[in-house]
Amino acid sequence: MATYQIDITREHCPMTFVKTKIQLSKLQSGDVLEVLLTEGEPLENVPKSSREQGFNVLEVSHVKGLVHKVLIQK
Amino acid sequence: MGIPDFTLDNQPKAQKKLSLISFSGDFDKLVATFTLATGAAAVGYEVNIFFTFWGLNAIKEKQGRAFVGKGFLPKLFGFFMGGLRSAPVSRLNFLGLSPKIFRYLMRKKNVATLEELVETAKVLEINMYACEMAMHILGLEKSDFIHEVKGVLGVATFLDLSEGGRTIFI
Repeated sequence: MATYQIDITREHCPMTFVKTKIQLSKLQSGDVLEVLLTEGEPLENVPKSSREQGFNVLEVSHVKGLVHKVLIQK
Repeated sequence: MGIPDFTLDNQPKAQKKLSLISFSGDFDKLVATFTLATGAAAVGYEVNIFFTFWGLNAIKEKQGRAFVGKGFLPKLFGFFMGGLRSAPVSRLNFLGLSPKIFRYLMRKKNVATLEELVETAKVLEINMYACEMAMHILGLEKSDFIHEVKGVLGVATFLDLSEGGRTIFI
């Protein structure tokens, strides 16, 4: 099991979802993806859509300012 | 912004479905089409895009102005319509200057450009189809399109494919 990181804080719709999806697709089962994202649409919908697609959202936590961290397990 | 250059694996079974009818062929409406398509695919939707009339310009293999099509009139028409890189904006096109300004602004503001969205649609394996009737009028063949176009359809097949999901006309 490995942990990978992706920073989508500078991305805009739809690339926030697209980059997360593509990164998740490259992971092995059990791997964890740490996603750095901003408040608003990404924070509301990246964890939600990940759950809907069968991934396990382990943690959603505040980092600083508008930046949050989401841990998603494949 | 880089374009992803690999294919997806282990995609979960799509539960929801979005079907888009890409009619206009305008730059801004194509941006809307491909933004919706890639966003929906990224959050787990099965996505179909049915390109018809002006929309067919977006999936031509030759993205600039080229004499594509069978016969004199279709070739001439094909030249003036052009491909993805020649798409005009629907308002204030200023003889083709506006799409260049939009592309510049999108790059500057780190928003995916139309070309990047189309490349992303290919990576996400979005189902792209061409309208048989419009192709016939414009003298186009499947080989005139990018190879990611899965097939040539009529209305009945498109209705079958889109059944059970949402359909949007752009």
